Amino acid sequence: MAEHVTGQVNTDHYVRFVDVQKSYDGETLVVKNLNLEIERGEFLTMLGPSGSGKTTCLMMLAGFEPATHGEIFLDENPINNVAPHKRDIGMVFQNYALFPHMTVAENLLFPLQVRGMNKSEQARRVKNALDMVELGAFGGRRPAQLSGGQQQRVAVARALVFDPKLVLMDEPLGALDKQLREQMQYEIKHIHEKLGVTVVYVTHDQSEALTMSNRIAVFNDGVVQQLAAPDALYEAPENAFVAQFIGENNTLSGKVSSVNGSTCTVDIEGGSTTALAVNIDGIGSATSMSLRPERVTVNPPNGQCPNLFDARVQELIYLGDHMRTRMSVCGNDEFIVKIPNAAGHVHLVPGANVKVGWQTEDCRALDSPS
Amino acid sequence: MAQAEMTGDMMRTADGVPLKLALERALFRSRLRAVMLVAPLFFFLLITFVLPIFDMLFRSVENNIVADILPRTVVAIEAWDETSGELPGEAVFEAIVKDMADGKRDKTLGRVARRLNFEKSGMASLFRKSGRKAPKITEAPYREQLLKIDKRWSDIDLWKLIKREKGAFTKSHFLAAADMQYTPDGSIEMRPENRQIYTNLFGRTLWLSGLITVLCLLLAYPVAYLLATLPLRTSNLLMVLVLLPFWTSLLVRTTSWIALLQTQGVINDLLVGIGLIDDDSRLQMIHNQFGTVVAMTHILLPFMILPLYSVMKTIPPSYMRAARSLGATPFTAFVKIYMPNTVAGVGAGSILVFILAIGYYITPALVGGRTGSLISNFIASFISGSTQNWGLAAALGVMLLAIVLVLYFLYDKIVGINNMKLG
Repeated sequence: MAEHVTGQVNTDHYVRFVDVQKSYDGETLVVKNLNLEIERGEFLTMLGPSGSGKTTCLMMLAGFEPATHGEIFLDENPINNVAPHKRDIGMVFQNYALFPHMTVAENLLFPLQVRGMNKSEQARRVKNALDMVELGAFGGRRPAQLSGGQQQRVAVARALVFDPKLVLMDEPLGALDKQLREQMQYEIKHIHEKLGVTVVYVTHDQSEALTMSNRIAVFNDGVVQQLAAPDALYEAPENAFVAQFIGENNTLSGKVSSVNGSTCTVDIEGGSTTALAVNIDGIGSATSMSLRPERVTVNPPNGQCPNLFDARVQELIYLGDHMRTRMSVCGNDEFIVKIPNAAGHVHLVPGANVKVGWQTEDCRALDSPS
Repeated sequence: MAQAEMTGDMMRTADGVPLKLALERALFRSRLRAVMLVAPLFFFLLITFVLPIFDMLFRSVENNIVADILPRTVVAIEAWDETSGELPGEAVFEAIVKDMADGKRDKTLGRVARRLNFEKSGMASLFRKSGRKAPKITEAPYREQLLKIDKRWSDIDLWKLIKREKGAFTKSHFLAAADMQYTPDGSIEMRPENRQIYTNLFGRTLWLSGLITVLCLLLAYPVAYLLATLPLRTSNLLMVLVLLPFWTSLLVRTTSWIALLQTQGVINDLLVGIGLIDDDSRLQMIHNQFGTVVAMTHILLPFMILPLYSVMKTIPPSYMRAARSLGATPFTAFVKIYMPNTVAGVGAGSILVFILAIGYYITPALVGGRTGSLISNFIASFISGSTQNWGLAAALGVMLLAIVLVLYFLYDKIVGINNMKLG
């Protein structure tokens, strides 16, 4: 599956949302004109804050919510008018939705039985699926007798046991504690890599999205803000929302004073800085610039950074591998700098005046959210 | 625990007090508070529920009337051999004449007359007649004079009856409640077919209660499902409609069924009005089983809806969605996934409605007529009606209680009482 990370080898659009809109009340759009292509074998995550429309998109794909406008295609077939049970889409729910009156094995048998599969094939598949999630010995247990992580694995196995065309996961790890959640992220990722099944995953947890996905669609306000691989999303956010939402971010607001090819100069409080012109309206327009905390250098050697500003240390938080430092820079009191706990790093005290600097390409001039 | 087992020693706190004792002390106050909080209800239930039940159990076998009111007879008849085929001796007749005279004087004779009349008809009139004249008999021969008053005193069965019922306890109420009776020679047999009342009545009570339970379930299930799945605003409105009958007097609801169902009532008028039936063939829908079933189903419906609702409310909608996504049609998903998860509510609602129905009194009394009345109506008539027979009423009540307990036991075996959810 590794080749899919780049999204270059396999380019047939397995799932397509075409101009999809969704409204529940006829007054506001929850999903605004969604166009999204998901490739075969891809692990695509819909990431966004609650109310951003990501779960609604998943429900439309699963068939539990009708699209108000537009068309959804699965494997080139329009599925708007296909009932959920005929879509052949496996789904993992946030609360697992394991049937409590059935044993684990019966839960897995259910999709096979309703398909009228023959008995020996049923048994074989259930065994394989349980072995895949390392729960081979638990077939006779009731879901209530399993731990949260085990239940989650059963839910994943159940969604895969009937070889669905597509697997949807709706915040499946939301109910687990942090350690288990991280472990399950790897397990789901490995299962995906092993089976090559197409997965659409919904979460509001960005680290989960970054860990597992081939590509991430960042949702906000019913619109896909950016659809990109995790590294691109973090390193090259295309708008202020994505920059804020993914990872930690310093925002500097200013006005574009000149544009020079791919770079521009922005006037900010206490001077001006050069930045990559990513998403600006032109000279004179307002922009908010994104600068990752780990890309800021404290007291850089002379001539190393084209952008150099005075800073005053406000607060130091010791975090083991790095020192999280809050500073006042250019009128921004929430300016965060991460200083790695490496040999010979600078020792700061609150109230100290220092210089901070950054490279032009690390500072991205984006749209200015009003 | 493992440590205690290993060393075979008691666990102790830091300053050497046995751990169990320390725990006991620490919990004492909270336990005391719990007991105090429960105490009022406990005493209330003890006085108003537990003691009456024991009183009822006792009354169903209690039999002190004969011994209390005919004390001399009871002693004298001891010597009589009822298998001899002869009347008791002069001493017994003397005793009963004196007892009757005393009973007449103390105005207690009527009680024993009524008590014995339950066992053998005609006893009441015999005792009343003889009681009037007994005080005049003051000297021997008692037997001759008493037989002159009424020839029925020569009936050996009568004396056998008195000897049989002289003890402090009797089976006769239970026998009567089970449609059985003593033969004259003291063995037990079923009553003649045409005089069997209570077994049929128990059968009818069980059958109608079962029918009402099933009807309630069929009507309540969709309503509860809607209540649990509709949006909050709509379901609240529906809930008010379900609860509204609860806030209306039981009598009002029952009598409104009379207004609806009677021969000159709303429904018949309507059917005649639209020409569906003739005026002279109006439907008899009340004062029969139909009336009982309709009115009781309506009245007991909330007791089915509420437990069902409370269980359905806890079933996440994702179960049905999961079933659909796994390939089940809506019908299969409902039958295979949703319905098994409502078993607890079905069980709770059914047992609640059934047990309420089996002992229901006021509605069948008002709308049941002859064919639609239940066992409780008979129990009530024996307590407050003209035929005061508390012993038989108690025996019927005990049998009703026993039936309920047996059903409860069966329910526990089959469904499991722990699976029951009432709210």
